Amino acid sequence: MLNRILSGDYPRSRALSVLLVVIGVCLALGPFLFPGVRAFSMLGMICVFIIVVASYDLMLGYTHIVSFAHTMFFGIGAYGVAISTDAFGSGFGAVFIGIGGAVFASVLLSLLLGLLSLRVKAIFFALVTLAVAFAFLSLVTQLYNLTGGEDGLAVRGPRELGPAFRPFDSKVPGFSVIDFVVGVFTQGSIGQAFQDAMFEVRVNGRHLMYYITFVTSVLVFLFLLRMVNSPFGRVLQAIRENEFRAQALGYRTVFYRTAAVIVSAVLATVAGVLFALINRYVNPENTLNFELMVFILLMCVIGGMGTLYGAVVGTAVFLLAQNYLQDFLGLLVQNAEPGSLFAELAGPDRWLLWFGLLFVLSVYFFPSGIVGQLRLWAARRRERKVEQASSAPVES
Amino acid sequence: MAESILSLSGVRADIDQYHILHGVDLEVPAGELTVLLGRNGAGKSTTLRTIMGLTTITGGKVRFRGEDITGQPTPRIARKGIAFVPEDMGIFSLLTVRENMVLAAVNGPLDPARLDWVFDLFPPLKKFWNRAAGNLSGGQKQMLAIARAIIEPRELLLVDEPTKGLAPAIINDLAGAFEQLKQQQVTVLLVEQNFNFSRRLGQSAAVMNDGGVVWSGQMTELADNDDLQHELLGLGLGEHQ
Amino acid sequence: MSAHDEMIGQATPPQGVLARFAAFRENKPHIFLLLLMMAVALLMMDPRTWVLLTISGLAMGAMVFLMASGMTLTFGLMNVLNLAHGAFISLGAFAGASVLVWLSSQASEPSLLINLAAILPALGFALVVAGLLGLVFERLVIKPVYGDHLKQILVTVGGSIIIMELIHVVWGPNEIPVPRPEALTGAFLLPESLPVIGGVALEKYRLIAVVLGLAIYGLMTWIIERTRVGILIRAGVESREMVEVQGYRIRLLFLGVFVAGSALAGMGGAMWAMYREIITAHMGDELMISVIVVIILGGLGSIKGCFYGAVLVGLINLYVGYLEPRLAAVATVGLMVGVLMWRPQGLIPVIKV
Repeated sequence: MLNRILSGDYPRSRALSVLLVVIGVCLALGPFLFPGVRAFSMLGMICVFIIVVASYDLMLGYTHIVSFAHTMFFGIGAYGVAISTDAFGSGFGAVFIGIGGAVFASVLLSLLLGLLSLRVKAIFFALVTLAVAFAFLSLVTQLYNLTGGEDGLAVRGPRELGPAFRPFDSKVPGFSVIDFVVGVFTQGSIGQAFQDAMFEVRVNGRHLMYYITFVTSVLVFLFLLRMVNSPFGRVLQAIRENEFRAQALGYRTVFYRTAAVIVSAVLATVAGVLFALINRYVNPENTLNFELMVFILLMCVIGGMGTLYGAVVGTAVFLLAQNYLQDFLGLLVQNAEPGSLFAELAGPDRWLLWFGLLFVLSVYFFPSGIVGQLRLWAARRRERKVEQASSAPVES
Repeated sequence: MAESILSLSGVRADIDQYHILHGVDLEVPAGELTVLLGRNGAGKSTTLRTIMGLTTITGGKVRFRGEDITGQPTPRIARKGIAFVPEDMGIFSLLTVRENMVLAAVNGPLDPARLDWVFDLFPPLKKFWNRAAGNLSGGQKQMLAIARAIIEPRELLLVDEPTKGLAPAIINDLAGAFEQLKQQQVTVLLVEQNFNFSRRLGQSAAVMNDGGVVWSGQMTELADNDDLQHELLGLGLGEHQ
Repeated sequence: MSAHDEMIGQATPPQGVLARFAAFRENKPHIFLLLLMMAVALLMMDPRTWVLLTISGLAMGAMVFLMASGMTLTFGLMNVLNLAHGAFISLGAFAGASVLVWLSSQASEPSLLINLAAILPALGFALVVAGLLGLVFERLVIKPVYGDHLKQILVTVGGSIIIMELIHVVWGPNEIPVPRPEALTGAFLLPESLPVIGGVALEKYRLIAVVLGLAIYGLMTWIIERTRVGILIRAGVESREMVEVQGYRIRLLFLGVFVAGSALAGMGGAMWAMYREIITAHMGDELMISVIVVIILGGLGSIKGCFYGAVLVGLINLYVGYLEPRLAAVATVGLMVGVLMWRPQGLIPVIKV
C-alpha cells in the first residue's frame, strides 16, 4: 500500500524517514502543537513552499533545467487571485476565476519559454528566464491601477476561509510540545509542565484554509513522486544525463522538456493561489522578488536536488532557519557593543550572510544536499553490513 | 636504432568513463620519423593526445629526453619542446594566418630567417598572410598547422593524420616538407592511415590495435612483408592508397 | 597556382538596392538595428527630446558597456557564468563613493582639474578593489567548479549574497547619496543659432560618460586586435585546448581576464554612482539585468557586440522610458527576445554556444 502511495520511491534512509515523519506530524497537527500567530503563519508558508520547491526540483533536479522564472509563475497565481477577488468580490466564484485565469496565463507563458529553449542553448535559457522574470516584476510594479504597484493588494478571500468564520463553537485542546519540554526542565514537575503546556484553539476559517493548503501540498508531493517514477519521469532523467543520447534513442526531448516546464509552472501557480489566500496580502516583494527566487534555489539545493524529499526537508529547514536564526543571532549579540565589528557581522540582520556562507560551503562539500547525504550514509551502512555478513564464518 | 627521445611504458588512458589505452609501450628514436599505424579506433590519436597531456593518464609513464612528463600540464609539456598537430589541425579560424603564426612563436617575435624557410616550404602562407585562417582551403590549413609547429625549433613533432582528405598534389608538397624536417634531425611521430605516405617517409614504425602497440620495428621490415601488413593492418599493400 | 589553391568563399558583391540592403542587414545587423531604433524614435518624438534622450541613452550605454564587457569575455573565454558580477558592480560603486566623500573638498571645487584629483582616485580605487575581489573570488569560489555550469550558478549566486551582505556590514544597510564632482554637474547649452536643436541642454556628465566609454571601447578593441594578449584571448575563445598545446598557460590568462572584467565592472559601478548620485547594495542586481540583456544581445565573447548591445539597451531604456515609462524594462527584455528570435547567437557571435 505504501509502495503505491510513494510510487516505489522510498526515503531509503532511516534518518530521513524519521525526519519526514516528524515534519509530517508537525504539519498535520501544527495548529494544535504550536501556539501563536508566528508559528501558525510559518506552518502555512512551509506547506506552500513545499509545493513551490518540489515543482522547482522537477525542473532543476530531474531535468537539469535552470530557470529563474519560477517566482513569476508563483506571482501569477498569487496576483491572479488577488486581482480577481478585488474585481469580483470575495466569493468562491471569484477565487476560481482567478485560479483559472492564472493557470491559463502560466500555461501560455511556460509554453513560450519552453519553445524559446528551442532557439537558445541551456545556459542562455537560464539568463533569459532571469530577464523575463525581471520584466514581469517591473510590469507588475508599474501597473499600479491593476496590481497596486509596490504597495500590493490585500486579498479579501471568501468568508469561510477567514478568521471570522467558525465551523463549530467548541474549542479544541492544543498541546504545545516545546512549552512542555521547556516546562519540564524549568519547573521540574511533569504534571505541572503538562498543564501549562495545554492551550485552547478556537478553530476558524483560517484553520480551514491551512488544512486545504496542507492537503494540497501532500497531494502535489505524491503526484510529483508518481510523475518522476513514471516512464515520463525516466525520460526526463535520461535527458538530464545525456540529452543527445535520449534523442538518439528516439525521444522528442523538446516535448518532454517543455512538458516539465509547464507542469512545474502550473504547480507554482497553484502554490501562489494558496499563498494569496493564506497570507491575505500580496506585493511584488513577497511574490516576485529575485531574493525569493534565490531562496527557492537555496531550499531546493540544501534539501537535495533531484530527490523531491529534499524539497520537504529543505523548505522546512530553510524557513525555520530564516525565522529563528535571526533570533539566535540576536541573542548572540545581545551583550556586544553596538557598532562593533562583531555586532555588525553577527547581528540578526546579517542572517543571510551566514546562510549564504553555509549554502556555498554545502555546494562544495555536500553537493547532494541533506537528503542526498543521508541516503549516502545509509547506503554505506548497508554495504558494510553486507560485507560483514558475507565475511562471517559459516556455521558448521 | 638511435636512442629514444620519447618512451611510453605501460601507458593507460581514459576518456570520460571509457578506457582507451590499455598499456602502450612505445620507443620513439631521436632524429627519425616514426610512423604510428593501425586501424580506426586503435588508439593512435589518443596516444598522441596522451603524450601531450590532453587526456587523463591512469597508469604507466611517459618519458621525454629521460625526464618523466607523466601527468604534467599541457603547456609545460609543450614548452619542453614538443609540438602537436591534431587531427582537426586546430588552427584558429577567426585569426589571420599571421596571428596564428605569431601565437605559435611562443618565445618571442617571429624569426625572419625561419619564417622565410617556412614560406619556402609552404608558399600559400605568404600569399594569404593577412587572411582569416578559416578562409583557407583544406590543404592550406594543413600547411598552416604544420608551419605553426615548426616556426620555432622543436625537438619532437607529433602529427596526427596530416594527409586526411587532401589531394595527391598537396600530399606531395607535405611529404617534401617532412623530408626537409628529417634532414634537420627533427624527431617526428606521425600517425597515418596513408600507407604510401608512411612508407616514403618513415624510418621506424609501430602498429597499434585495441589500445596497445602490437608490433614495432623498422619501416622497411613492414613495407617488404605483405603478410605482416595483412596480419597487422588487415589490408594488403595493393589495397592501400 | 592551381584552382585548388584559390581561396574559397569569395562572393560577388550583391547587385541592386534591395539586395544591397538585405546584405547590409545580414552583415552588419548591429548597425542596422541601431539606425532602425534611432529612426523609429525620431519619428515618435520631437527632435530636441530625441537629442537629449539619445545622449542620455549613449551615456547609459557606455556605463553598461563597462559593466558588461567583463562578463562577456569571462563567459566567452572561460565558459564561466559568474552571477556575482552584479555584486562587483555594487562594490565598485560603494568604493568609489567612499573616496568621493572622503575627498569631497576636492570634489566640490568648480575646477575640473582639481575635481580630477578626486575622480581619478575614486575610479582607480573602485577598479582596484573590484579587481582584488575578483582575484580572490576566482581562486576561491570559481576555480573548484570550472566546467560545471550548474554549480557555477549556485556558488556565484551564493557568493553574490555574501558580498552584498558584506557591503551592508561595511557601509551599513541604507542607501548612500553620492556627491557628483562639481565640474561635472550642470550642462552645456547648444548655441541658439543651431537649427531645430538650438538651445538644448546637454548634461556634462553624460557627455563625459560617452567619451570615456568610447575611449575604453577603443582601448579594449586595440588590445584585442593588436596585441599578443588580444590574440591569445581571441584564440582562447575559439579553443582553450589548442592555446595550451602552443605552450601558453591559459589558466593565468583566465585569471587575468576575470580580474580585468571585475575591475571594469567596479569602475562602471563607480561611474553609475556618480550618474545616479545614490546607491544601494542591490543596485548591482538591477543593473545585472541590463548586463545580461547586453551580453546575450551582443553575442558572447565579442567586445564589439557588447558595445553595440550596450548602446541599444541604453537607447531603448531612454526612448521607451520617455514614451511609456511603465514599459521600459519590458521593452528591454522584449528587445533581447526579439533579437534572439532573429539571431539566436546574438548580433556579433564569436563562439558557438
